[in-house]
Amino acid sequence: MKILDHAERADIFNEDEKRVDWHDETLWWIRQKRDKSAHQIPEWENLRNAASAIKSNTLSNLHDYLLEFEKNALQNGVIIHWAADAKEHNEIVYRLLKEKGINKMVKSKSMLTEECHLNEYLEHNGIEVIDSDLGERIVQLAKEPPSHIVLPCIHKKKEEIGELFHEHLGTPKGNADPQLLTEAARVHLRDTFLTRKAALTGVNFAVAETGEIVICTNEGNADMGAHLADIHIACMGIEKIIPKREHLSIFLRLLARSATGQPITTYSSHFAKPRDGKELHIILVDNGRTRQLGREEFRNSLKCIRCGACMNTCPVYRRSGGHSYHNAIAGPIGAILAPNLDMKQYADLPFASTLCGSCSNVCPVKIDIHDQLYKWRQVLVKEGYTSTAKQVAMKTMATTLSSPSLYKLAGKAARTTLKYAPFMVNNKFNAWYLQRDMPKVPQSSFGEWYKINRKNNEQ
Amino acid sequence: MKVALFIPCYVDQFYPQVAIATLELLENLGIDVSYPTSQTCCGQPMANSGFEHLAGGCNSLFVKNFSGFDYIVAPSGSCVLHIREHLHDDDEPELAKQIAERTYELTSFLTDVLKLDTLKSRFPHKVGMHQSCHGQRGLKLSQMTELNAPDFSKPGQLLNLVKDIELVELDRKDECCGFGGTFCVAEEAVSVKMGKDRVNDHAKHNVEYITGVDMSCLMHMEGILNRQQSPIKIIHIAEILNGVKA
Repeated sequence: MKILDHAERADIFNEDEKRVDWHDETLWWIRQKRDKSAHQIPEWENLRNAASAIKSNTLSNLHDYLLEFEKNALQNGVIIHWAADAKEHNEIVYRLLKEKGINKMVKSKSMLTEECHLNEYLEHNGIEVIDSDLGERIVQLAKEPPSHIVLPCIHKKKEEIGELFHEHLGTPKGNADPQLLTEAARVHLRDTFLTRKAALTGVNFAVAETGEIVICTNEGNADMGAHLADIHIACMGIEKIIPKREHLSIFLRLLARSATGQPITTYSSHFAKPRDGKELHIILVDNGRTRQLGREEFRNSLKCIRCGACMNTCPVYRRSGGHSYHNAIAGPIGAILAPNLDMKQYADLPFASTLCGSCSNVCPVKIDIHDQLYKWRQVLVKEGYTSTAKQVAMKTMATTLSSPSLYKLAGKAARTTLKYAPFMVNNKFNAWYLQRDMPKVPQSSFGEWYKINRKNNEQ
Repeated sequence: MKVALFIPCYVDQFYPQVAIATLELLENLGIDVSYPTSQTCCGQPMANSGFEHLAGGCNSLFVKNFSGFDYIVAPSGSCVLHIREHLHDDDEPELAKQIAERTYELTSFLTDVLKLDTLKSRFPHKVGMHQSCHGQRGLKLSQMTELNAPDFSKPGQLLNLVKDIELVELDRKDECCGFGGTFCVAEEAVSVKMGKDRVNDHAKHNVEYITGVDMSCLMHMEGILNRQQSPIKIIHIAEILNGVKA
């Protein structure tokens, strides 16, 4: 089966223009909240500079910080696991559960586990996973992947959530009152929290100096899961390291403001050691990150703290939806991370952008996202992940534009065609013409005009 | 001061009036300006599509055409950004670097080099300014809404010198129009939707004209406006500054 590319999925998303408007306005509203909150901090741009610099230092010394983190975590009584890839990560989680005879697990939001497709893997092996983040739970009930890293069900209208909850949680049919739906989810999840013996969480920051991890949520669901379970498994990409605890004073100020415009997440929980008689496991996952670290032009993408600001500001994301990126992480950041995982499968993503640059401007760690999109395009073309038709077209264009006489000839031909045979251009094979008129044809090109009107200047 | 006029290929072919306005504007300011007639294209269409390695011919042609000038001025933010960031020539690396640094987008040339503070033109119309991204975010022609930094606008500063012009404030001051080079056909649905939304923002504020520093964005929006049979017209900022007969 052919995997639909971004443009094809965006076409489908745009069949319902009112829905596109709704999606665009919902996310734009979050971008505005981010602006308001960021603009209230006079030192905002300095915070971004500092965060970016700390991450540069971290990435340059990742090896040392990881070992320092491991050493301190082990001293705290944490059990550390290293996973080279998604498969190894999933197998570790499964083994830990199997050893304890656990077949039901509660999970708070972790984009890493989405990247590793952990839920599918565990379910295939007979483990039931319940996502406890409300948005994640909603997409889980809908059997869909999240469409946004911070707001997993942002593509769903409340009426659709009402329908889902009616079907799965028995709420009254036709009721889409957010208060009522949230309460229903709370009751349903409370039972899950109380009965699960294993809790899996993501990690926002891992502090090398102390061996502790920090998890940020608004719902407190990570804490609820971890505090009630016998075994807490925390999964993190190796780039989540920060050197010192004091650096949190920068990252925690940036994270929630960039994500939703809140000054800070409701819960910023520090986990340093297991409670008596319980276990805390941390899985450090590579899954392509060291490869990206080795690609100098794309290394900065590993600075990402997963705030989602680049998605909210992206005019393309807002009008194509998160699922159009067919990757766990959507939007501009997803488009520069995904080709590292699989160039062939994600060759379309760096082209799903106008290179407007808004993403780089909102990024709290100053990743040069739009420049990396440009650079990925060059890499993907060179590696051969582009259609033959495009290669031929580009070669023809390059030849024409490299020769002043060919260029003048082609320009004249184009204008003549438009003038005398517009049907050659104004048809359904011309994507420009489908919803846009062609420019009117002038009497002459500027070059031709100049020749006549500025004779003396001719060089 | 010897200035070369650098005219984007699609402006040369489809919007000669924009090139003429730029030329006249500079001439009327007493600048010694000429147009190297063997110029073609900056190479951006290939580069942004991932084929920068095929832009070598355009690069050496650009270096050949534009050496020996104090400044190179173009009525486009996008093409100038491409030259500034990507022009290189393996045979003449220093010369290419020098040329790239001397290449200016028209409005920033007027504000930063000529330090223009008066204009004779008059444009008694309600106008919306489209901030083309490459000019704004790339060349920093105007402050960007994402940043916590003081407001400024080089094109805005110039438009404010024009008599009787009424500039409107848009709801989304600097959102992309969706042109994006080959993006406009490769991602047709999103491109058009972005363009429609941009155009609607201007329409909501009852503008008669949409102006900007890049004809490519304006061409895209013009295509949408004309398809909608909208009375709103597009006009390049050079035409307003030069004093168009509107």
